[in-house]
Amino acid sequence: MIIVELRKMFRRPRTWATIAVLNALPIVVAVLLVLTDLAPRPGEGPPFLSAVLRNGTLYPLAALAIVLPLFLPIAVAVVAGDSVAGEAQAGTLRYLLTRPAGRTRLLVAKLIAVMAFVLVTVLVVAAVGYVVGTTLFDAQPIGGTSVSGTSLTPADIGGRTLLSIGYIAVSMLGVAAFALFFSTLTDSPLGATMGALAVLVASSLLFTLDAASPIAPYLPTRYWLAFVDFFRDPILWRDIVRGLALQGVYVGVLLLAAWANFTTKDVTS
Amino acid sequence: MTAVLVTRSLVKRFGRLRAVDGIDLTVEEGDVYGFLGANGSGKTTTVRMVLGLVLATSGEIELLGERMPRAGRRVLPRVGALIEGPAHYGHLSGRENLSLLDASGRGGSWRTRSRRVAEALDQVGLGGVGRRPVKNYSLGMRQRLGLAGALLRRPELLVLDEPTNGLDPQGITEIRELLLELNRGGTTVFLSSHLLAEVEQLCTRVGVLDRGRLVLQDQLATLTAPTGSTVVHSPDPAQVRAVLDGRVLSVTGDRLIVRGDDPAAINALLVGAGVPVTGLALDRPSLEEVVLAAAGSSPDRVDAIR
Repeated sequence: MIIVELRKMFRRPRTWATIAVLNALPIVVAVLLVLTDLAPRPGEGPPFLSAVLRNGTLYPLAALAIVLPLFLPIAVAVVAGDSVAGEAQAGTLRYLLTRPAGRTRLLVAKLIAVMAFVLVTVLVVAAVGYVVGTTLFDAQPIGGTSVSGTSLTPADIGGRTLLSIGYIAVSMLGVAAFALFFSTLTDSPLGATMGALAVLVASSLLFTLDAASPIAPYLPTRYWLAFVDFFRDPILWRDIVRGLALQGVYVGVLLLAAWANFTTKDVTS
Repeated sequence: MTAVLVTRSLVKRFGRLRAVDGIDLTVEEGDVYGFLGANGSGKTTTVRMVLGLVLATSGEIELLGERMPRAGRRVLPRVGALIEGPAHYGHLSGRENLSLLDASGRGGSWRTRSRRVAEALDQVGLGGVGRRPVKNYSLGMRQRLGLAGALLRRPELLVLDEPTNGLDPQGITEIRELLLELNRGGTTVFLSSHLLAEVEQLCTRVGVLDRGRLVLQDQLATLTAPTGSTVVHSPDPAQVRAVLDGRVLSVTGDRLIVRGDDPAAINALLVGAGVPVTGLALDRPSLEEVVLAAAGSSPDRVDAIR
């Protein structure tokens, strides 16, 4: 069943188109940086972007930071929102369920396929970022400087980059959980995607509002950028751990709700 | 005879609407069961409840001897279904669609999958369809592919909702032949339709649904059994009336209904008296008449309450 879902997802032209579009923005940014040589000053613009002109090996992180606030969540919301509602809209859901695929099994397979998409997307963005970074910018194999100013070995940077990729994947899992839950509520994939995006937009908006500070620590997007903390020396674990815990709670609750809803609902599509 | 599908006082309520209102269906093994009803009479909801897609408000469903929806995992692989039109992944070929569908459930080894898919495609006449994606299929081809999906598991029971939808007359005949052949091989067919002619040609048993209630369920042969009268066609109805003296029940144009179930005797009587007879047959009600007598007006019709 899981293999079936993976085959469905990765044989769909849309999946690859999404990933391609997602990679276009960091490439455009890289080309512009090289042509103009105008990097944002440290502390401004997306994280890591100020440093890439000096060290291209940091570009995977800069690329992820560029797509993280908007593009990546949109892509994840589209795919996860489509997972159940898309089958319902196409009418294939009733045939899957009478095959029978088992509602719980189908939901788990969908979840794993979405997770695979998140992971593949993040990895592809990082990989393309690495290729672009090392070809367009000066690559310094000797290592780099941490955000705190100390120097890091290449092995350090590699390891911390992997940790960041994992952390970003977990953050996106939160988005996927929202979209998957909405996807079991409606027969319209667009509705499910928009629902998840509305949550994210609301969360980002509230985060900037001082009056919302009491609930700020519980907003789903609150700790997204905490992956930068992997590049402090020593690693600043506080926000990372909180971010993981928060996403864990969201993912757990939403998946439970999705399961409860999907296994008891009338499939009339 | 064992019952393949039994429902007992099956009810489905959507809010205040009782879409299905206490249905007791019985489909026996080997039947070709015609499930008739106007649009919106609750046919599809019933079919969906039987297949575990919609959960019943109350009542029981027994499918192949086991309680649904609890036993769905064991029972549904033995049932093939076509519900409210076919649905496929448009960007994949028909073969890939069937193979994915087959792989999404238990039972049936992957080793035999491509052979079973090929057989199902051959059965519905899509054997040479090749690799083109389903989105380029015609409506009739999609319908055939949907039927192939239902046949994939060599089911004991076929549940088909409007299976000839979108097919041309040749296609309809072909599918009818296929269903009859499968039935001769032991497959029970449960056919939901609003096409009376189709049901009349195909089915051995009929159930008629009207506004969520089963108003009729019987053998087709019993329902359309001779009424004991004879239909006489004659260009001279007045003379027929004179000769048969009091046995004529009704006259419409040149068509007379005459009491008596022996057309030959009536013919002899009329011809003996020199009355021209152009047609002669036992009077049997058509399925249409039976259904119209049992069911009320179409539920599509929404009259204002005055």
